[in-house]
Amino acid sequence: MIAEIPVEHYSYIALFVFFVGLYGFFTRKNMIAMLMSIELILNAINLQFVAFNKYLFPDLMEGMIFSLFIIGVAAAEAAVAIAIIINVYRRLKTINVEEVNSMKY
Amino acid sequence: METIIFYMLAASIVVFSVLTVTTRLILRAAVYLLFTLLATAAVYLMLNYQFLAAVQLTVYAGGVVILIVFSVLLTSHINDRLELESKGRRLTAAMVSLFGFAITAAAISRTEFTPVTNNAVEVDTKAIGNALMSYGDNGYILPFEVISVLLLAAMIGAIVIAKKR
Repeated sequence: MIAEIPVEHYSYIALFVFFVGLYGFFTRKNMIAMLMSIELILNAINLQFVAFNKYLFPDLMEGMIFSLFIIGVAAAEAAVAIAIIINVYRRLKTINVEEVNSMKY
Repeated sequence: METIIFYMLAASIVVFSVLTVTTRLILRAAVYLLFTLLATAAVYLMLNYQFLAAVQLTVYAGGVVILIVFSVLLTSHINDRLELESKGRRLTAAMVSLFGFAITAAAISRTEFTPVTNNAVEVDTKAIGNALMSYGDNGYILPFEVISVLLLAAMIGAIVIAKKR
């Protein structure tokens, strides 16, 4: 823990990255770019967990352990998402979310 | 000194995350995402979570980003520019994000956080291993087992989805 830096600053950074990821998820049309936005969001949450753990509950390690689990879940999610994206590309020759709608109607 | 390094890392996290969602070359977006993750790992190191920083580097920066780069190379031409959403929609998305940021930041700035400095535990790999493998108080054997099943399911699912029929 660094004494001169208040815990709020970590929160603001994590919040900013979270909402930047949200913006990317809203505006991107390429599936892989949307996946990157989700990774940004998960990373921001990890930073928040770790900062609160270190500053507010230094005698416990809940935040850090749950960050480890979130990293594991994010890796699993990325693997499955990329498998789906590659399969979609093989069938439809595009990974634009607006053109991938053959199951919709 | 540490303060300066922290704010430099914070600035690089902010700048590279914005570049990740605004650049129009998708491979560059992947590299900016990598820089964001690396700077976050450095912040973990500054907070004395060495094991978490190592996991972040190997799983996130090493695994997920490489996977993303591979799938980018498989699915799009390298000089293709990403399609932009229409201006109105981009503005709406920016407004929604800014609105959410403003509300949450206001909530945080009104909350009193009281940092605790005494009785900090040393979080070394041995402590983490003991915590992951024990049950009862401060034991995480249940989420550990659940995530092992999840990873197995994800592995099988990824193979089944992506294999040729």
